[in-house]
Amino acid sequence: MEQLFFFYFALVIAGASVLVVALRNPIYSALSLLIMFFHVAGLYVTLHAEFLAAVQVIVYAGAILVLYLFVVMLLNLKHDERYHRQWPVAAAVGAILALEAAVLTAVKGGASGARPAAPETAVEGLGNTEALGDVLYSTYLFPFEVASLILLVAMIGAIILAKKDLSGESLQ
Amino acid sequence: MTIPLSYYVTLSAVVFFTGLVGVLIRRNIIIILLSVELMLNATNINFVAFSQSLHNVAGQVFVFFALTVAAAEVAVGLAIIIALHRARNTINVDEFHLLKW
Repeated sequence: MEQLFFFYFALVIAGASVLVVALRNPIYSALSLLIMFFHVAGLYVTLHAEFLAAVQVIVYAGAILVLYLFVVMLLNLKHDERYHRQWPVAAAVGAILALEAAVLTAVKGGASGARPAAPETAVEGLGNTEALGDVLYSTYLFPFEVASLILLVAMIGAIILAKKDLSGESLQ
Repeated sequence: MTIPLSYYVTLSAVVFFTGLVGVLIRRNIIIILLSVELMLNATNINFVAFSQSLHNVAGQVFVFFALTVAAAEVAVGLAIIIALHRARNTINVDEFHLLKW
């Protein structure tokens, strides 16, 4: 049963991500990315990461994708040629990377069976949200604050970049 | 019947590779940003799978941070796209060669 769910989610995730790259219309690409986000959220539920599944749906599917669709519809794109003129170079680079990935998977790592015996923070016994919040507000408090600073900087940067006039006249 | 970790790593590699190919071959800058999202999601799948496998919640915390960075990246990236579209009236990456040798 678990394997059935995994293979369903994995198949849809892989298929939707290929469609994101291959489809001609950016709106269809964004919508197949939406399907992919929902199935990644489902995969998180099967991995007992319920909080992250909810955050995935709210942030990725709710906020980020709406932003993408907004920009796609704002710019009102014509259908361009899909691929680069330099796609042979890209294909060569991709072939080399594929070869590297194949070699790395073929050469088995020696540490595949070794698991750390004493984990730092155990997940069991506590709900997922409680465990995550406990670690986030104690061990990772400083990175958490830095993340909020990054969001502030990104917000200000996006407003400045998307302003109509950058010459300073509208700033007065 | 539990799923072996290698299945998740394989799925993540496939999605990451699809995103990489998308960044390399597409000309539409919005699709390039969507492909970057694909790669971020692939790493997130890896993080959560290892977090479950090692019984360590730190991996999920890092997914949380990756999500934050992805949101910031999208906001700034789309602002840049809008500014580019306003300046050049196109979002085709072949047209932007000012900094290219």
